[in-house]
Amino acid sequence: MITLTLKQPVDRVPLEAESICPDVVATLDHGAICALPVYLGKRQCRIDDFFSVDGEKSDEIDVHGDLRKVRWIGRGMTRGRISIDGNAGMHLGAYMQGGTIEVSGAASDWVGGEMSGGSIRVAGNAGGQIGAAYRGSLRGMTDGTIVIGGSAGLEVGMRMKRGLIIIGGPVRDFAGLEMKGGTIVLRSGAELRTGAWMNRGTIISLKPIPLLPSFLYSSTYTPTFMGVLVKHLGSLGITLPFDPEAGTYQRFLGDTSVVGKGEILVWDAERSTNARAAASA
Amino acid sequence: MVRITGGRVYDPANGVDGVVKDICIGEDGRVASSNGSAGRTIDATGMLVFPGGVDVHTHVAGGALNFARGLVPENQRIAQKFVHSPELRAGIGGLTPTTFATGYLYAGMGWTTVNEAAVPILSAKHTHEEMHDIPIVDKSTLLLMANNELMLDLLEAGEFERAKSLVAWMLWASKTFGIKAVNPGGVAAWKWGKNANQLHQPIEGYSKVTAAQIVMDLARICDELGLPHPMHLHQNNLGVPGNVGSTIETMNMLQGRRAHLAHLQFHAYGGQDWSTMRSGATEVAEAFLKHKNLTCDVGAILFGDAVTITADGPWQHFLHELTGRKWGNLDVENETGCGIVPYVYSDHKLVNAIQWAVGLELLLLIDDPWRVYLTTDHPNGGGFWRYPEIMRLLMDVEFRKSEVKKLPAEALNRISLPEIDRQYSISEMVIVTSAGPARALGLKQKGHLGPGADGDVTIYSDKPDSDGVMFTHPRYVLKGGKVVVEEGQIRALADGRVFLVKPEFDPAIEDFIRPTFQKLYTLSFENYPTEMTRLKHPETVPCVSQRP
Repeated sequence: MITLTLKQPVDRVPLEAESICPDVVATLDHGAICALPVYLGKRQCRIDDFFSVDGEKSDEIDVHGDLRKVRWIGRGMTRGRISIDGNAGMHLGAYMQGGTIEVSGAASDWVGGEMSGGSIRVAGNAGGQIGAAYRGSLRGMTDGTIVIGGSAGLEVGMRMKRGLIIIGGPVRDFAGLEMKGGTIVLRSGAELRTGAWMNRGTIISLKPIPLLPSFLYSSTYTPTFMGVLVKHLGSLGITLPFDPEAGTYQRFLGDTSVVGKGEILVWDAERSTNARAAASA
Repeated sequence: MVRITGGRVYDPANGVDGVVKDICIGEDGRVASSNGSAGRTIDATGMLVFPGGVDVHTHVAGGALNFARGLVPENQRIAQKFVHSPELRAGIGGLTPTTFATGYLYAGMGWTTVNEAAVPILSAKHTHEEMHDIPIVDKSTLLLMANNELMLDLLEAGEFERAKSLVAWMLWASKTFGIKAVNPGGVAAWKWGKNANQLHQPIEGYSKVTAAQIVMDLARICDELGLPHPMHLHQNNLGVPGNVGSTIETMNMLQGRRAHLAHLQFHAYGGQDWSTMRSGATEVAEAFLKHKNLTCDVGAILFGDAVTITADGPWQHFLHELTGRKWGNLDVENETGCGIVPYVYSDHKLVNAIQWAVGLELLLLIDDPWRVYLTTDHPNGGGFWRYPEIMRLLMDVEFRKSEVKKLPAEALNRISLPEIDRQYSISEMVIVTSAGPARALGLKQKGHLGPGADGDVTIYSDKPDSDGVMFTHPRYVLKGGKVVVEEGQIRALADGRVFLVKPEFDPAIEDFIRPTFQKLYTLSFENYPTEMTRLKHPETVPCVSQRP
């Protein structure tokens, strides 16, 4: 295992550290890891200018310190594990293809931007554009899992094609913007314009959310795929209501201003079989 | 003094075909006949020695390209990066390379002269500023005139002589090298939401002037002004299935006048619509071969990403509606339009497969290499740095046939490429990439290695790279006698020149332009012309009147 500990705070100019990546360090000895390049703004520096480095030749990296201004950690990684004890900066796990990233604190924008595999787990809050397409690109994440414990910002899952995003806290506007596929679970709902321009894909919200007028009410039911999803999420330690006695999902179809083959499922505890039985009685 | 020894020299303009001989370049940067002494000797034993490549039609500088740079960040993220070093400036490659990278990429491939094919006068300053920062290669530019409303008004009024003076004045005001006609009349009509699909119907907004008249009058003006490069024509109906008819009609219409037909691949489609589209290369090549007054470049497409950039605004709007991809549109006051749409040529799409075949068919069926030149209409058909891929398809018939087999089955009976067995000799390759385009541009010191020619020399290994492609990484590139590329790396920089023309005109034309200009344009007349001081190493090429 390799342990990197931040020596002094990086608080003004961001540090671009895509060399903090299992694929880069896996075969390197201690000296070579210390000499890896990082960029402080436009200035090229060495990793050991900022971190004390311990260990060598491993695809497991532990990073300690407040890395909120350290960007591109785990960029394009295909294997191994990065554990961050603290906060992480922008573009965490962007383009990653495999392996896992865990963050004990918060993360910033573009977590898992255009990732195609692997999993990212952030205990705290995150910024916007999670699993999103970078500006100009046609598609965002194409596979993999992103779990955010806290809140998230704008454009979560923008243009995502496949994969799973789960956000524990409240989410801001434009979740699932131009979504092309995949699943977003909003455990605490979202603000405005959720699913705008979505072509396909599924957004599940456990709280009522404001819907665009271009989403049409379809039905109230409990989708059969929910059993599979609940089981899969259970393996990640996440629960999703599923029991018809506790409630059902209202399904809305959209965005009908474009292709309109996407769906938003909103959990409705009022319509549980128990509640309906009570109402009819 | 540089001496290149032991290499097999291909200099088709001087009838030299693979002869082992020395090439000497004197202190003045030109090829010398004498065996001067001292200086560097490059041992090119077992290598191929070519005159530097000449790109007759590309888009590498100016307002439209810069707009495209902004529109496709996704392309730039995956592009080749040039890291700042003591010798080189930083930059990025890709389909819309930055200025410095453009020079590095062209020179790194062995090309030493490029012709930027579309400049509106209003953005001529911008174009020259960018060309100022494109190192190594020599540059020339073509001025967009076929939709200039001052010009169209004069043609409508039947004032040919004044129109000629206007063109001459504008060439000098923009410090450009020749005349480009893009979709004649169509872009002017686009401002009314229309296009010019019919050659003989009046242009929208005019009662008399037609696309055909614009083409013929501009060709005549180019000849009478004696421009070194003839009218450079992007014809009407680009990209439309069934445009073979108007393409051949345009060739006939020119009646022996000189013209260069740009990206002919986009003008050689048969069929009636997208579902019946087929290659029209056979008909076009046959007609083209009959007209000795014409030259062309193919504008071949390669499968993969492209960015379409053209002054042909109406076509770009159509392409945007067809593909659903993002679209940028510019209106250049009274002069022209511009549209940008990113595009992907896919090898399993029928239409793209036919386009791919048409480009190669034209290069193979037009068996006069002195009149057909290799281009991709960069970046419309693919990046210029992919030229070696086309060269391999032309030189290796077995490889080409194996690539043809990968096309969708229904494409195969709509193209004639599978039946063509011709393959290019090395000498023919040099003609279509260097000697021919240099001759078409009227640049007498380019495209050959005879005494007095510019010391622009590219030396390639005679064996392909590991991926089977030759000519991607020259061993040496010399620009004006200076070794700029060595072992595939840029080692030194040279400044390129800018070619321009100064045709004669009646100075009274300014009195005609000024009041109209001040009424119609958003800037003052004094700020309109490009100052000579903006150009780095300008070289005025003389005009010689040509009347057929």
